Amino acid sequence: MTHAVSLSAASATGTARRSWFGWFTLVFLVFSQVTAILISPPDRDMGDLQKIMYVHVPAAWMTMLAPLALLAFGVRYLFTHREEDDLLAAASGEVALVFAGLTLALGMIWGRPTWGVWWTWDPRLTSTLVLFLILAGYLSIRALIDDRDQRAQWSAAVGVLGAINVPIVYMSVRWWRTIHQIQSSPATVDPAYVIGLRLNAFAFLFVMIYFIRRRRDAFVLERAAEHAGEAAALGGLSRE
Amino acid sequence: MSLDTPMSLVTEAPRSEVAIEVTNLARRFGTSWVLRGIQLTVAPREVVGVLGANGSGKSTLLRILATLLRPHAGGARVCGHDVVREAHEVRSELGYLAHSPGLYEDLTARENLEFAARMLDRDAAEIDPVLTRVGLLGVAHRQVRGMSAGMQRRLAFGRLMLVRPRVLLLDEPYSNLDTDGIALVNELIAEWVDAGAAALVVLHELAPAEPVLDRTVVLVDGRFATPPLSLARSAR
Amino acid sequence: MSMRAEWRRARAIAWKDLTAERRSKAQFNGVLALALTILVMFGFALGPDAQAIGDAAAGAIWLAALFAGVLAFNRSYQTELDGGALEHLLLYPGSRRSILAGKLMANFAFVGAMLAVVVVAAIVLFHVQVPARWPALVGILFLGAVGLTTLGTFYAAIASRSRAREVLLPLLLFPMLVPVLLAAMEATKALLGGNAMSDAGAWARLLLVFDVIFLVATFLVFESVIEA
Repeated sequence: MTHAVSLSAASATGTARRSWFGWFTLVFLVFSQVTAILISPPDRDMGDLQKIMYVHVPAAWMTMLAPLALLAFGVRYLFTHREEDDLLAAASGEVALVFAGLTLALGMIWGRPTWGVWWTWDPRLTSTLVLFLILAGYLSIRALIDDRDQRAQWSAAVGVLGAINVPIVYMSVRWWRTIHQIQSSPATVDPAYVIGLRLNAFAFLFVMIYFIRRRRDAFVLERAAEHAGEAAALGGLSRE
Repeated sequence: MSLDTPMSLVTEAPRSEVAIEVTNLARRFGTSWVLRGIQLTVAPREVVGVLGANGSGKSTLLRILATLLRPHAGGARVCGHDVVREAHEVRSELGYLAHSPGLYEDLTARENLEFAARMLDRDAAEIDPVLTRVGLLGVAHRQVRGMSAGMQRRLAFGRLMLVRPRVLLLDEPYSNLDTDGIALVNELIAEWVDAGAAALVVLHELAPAEPVLDRTVVLVDGRFATPPLSLARSAR
Repeated sequence: MSMRAEWRRARAIAWKDLTAERRSKAQFNGVLALALTILVMFGFALGPDAQAIGDAAAGAIWLAALFAGVLAFNRSYQTELDGGALEHLLLYPGSRRSILAGKLMANFAFVGAMLAVVVVAAIVLFHVQVPARWPALVGILFLGAVGLTTLGTFYAAIASRSRAREVLLPLLLFPMLVPVLLAAMEATKALLGGNAMSDAGAWARLLLVFDVIFLVATFLVFESVIEA
């Protein structure tokens, strides 16, 4: 049986801490974006379009990182069967999907003026698209299963397998594209851009952590309310 | 009890006093509770019937005891083993018969038993005596698809014979059976009980089971109600 | 439980699935017919120019196998669900992993047989030369089929017991199979076209790694997925 989250865990303890972290994240994000935009010179080919990299690239990095969180929490759930781990895994999956979507959208927005088309099967974007679909499958599973224990078990298994596949997908798509010779994503190694990218990488990391925790908190509250409702319907029978 | 009879219903002396013990068991489907705090004790060699309206939770109770569903509150023990934490041990003592016989329609009667024997580590020599006992030796080569519901239920009991259970969980075992079939089931239950097994039998009606029942419980609204009559243990 | 007993149970399950399959021939013949139909549809979509078709042969083979395979994977659990046999299957002693092993073997035989016929049909329909290195091709077919079957059998255990099962299996399976499909298609293309062996070799290694990783991973998590 999945060990339940208690109502107290969803209480105000830690909310103050989370608010502080939330404000810090927002401030740091704004600071990183503004700094990066101001200190970096326009790219000789792309001009100011290059600035989109400061959102696109960190988002892409988080798209690879969030599945790791999903993997960790999924594996932990399979061992501990704690509701908390299931909710953390779900939160990680959602956040990963959002970052994947963001990466794709920005990649296409950047690509249109640069290459003239919306999509070129660029290896990194293509892998991100596959990852997006894998995550969509993960969330579909969660939406389709009504029984809580079954949902937690099955989605943990699906999430873990999907997360394991991420590096393999990236590798195979890259090989596939090197065979068929294409142009690649913009170079990010130009030293003028490194500081901006590093700053924003951390900013986005904080954003990812913040949103995983926020979603987890929302799930915990929902779940606690469900438990309370069920206990009331049962008429005061204590849980084992 | 001879140990080299292939049909020996070998059950050792019970390791615990109680075969089935249910404490405050509760289970919900979605938001409504199907079982709301069940208390039940079944001793070895006891046959308990469970009556109740459709949807009263009888099958759910059986499936929890069979380790197929997890309780949402409370607990249960079968032969001293917890059904959630020691499910593996529970399964080795169990003989469960669901309402649908759970046979493979494209396989023949004999092949279904062959499969069961291989999964249970039983000798293939046990199959023919079992088929004879349940009266299906003549149609052993027939696909289950082509068998009547009554014959399928007999075959399901044949598979149960291969299991050699110490605890029987039977969900409406008499459905689709003619008088001979009902008599066969009661004989088998009596033999298993004599060998030390306990039985919990979900029933639609009391009549067919009367010869073997020790007592009855009635499920109403997810809880046990005391029945207006108690059945006297029939002479064996 | 001893490994020999587990292996025996897995073989019993594979035997049961294949025997049931043999009896109701409808399943294999139907799935094979579907695969061939899909192959023909690809021909219409891409042909009739010989060059275009020849290039597309590898892709068509694997996609036909994939789409038809989806039906095969769901059906392998259908027999358990129809008569309520799954519950009784779960109650036999021993580890539930033998269920996965048995179904894997049965599905692999099914998919392998289908793939063999599809390849022969593709060679005919798409004007492909039988490659001199056909043992290597068989190797790629084997590795690809293993990858396809492993994930297909695993996800079908979930999908066949969910709502929207027809949609859920492809939705879960196809993105996960991207590495297998890319590798198998590229390697098949390289071998059918008589190109340098090194291409196919690298892809074969990727297939092998994928197969090993996911065989292990699915076995490890199967227990969580087969319970009610």
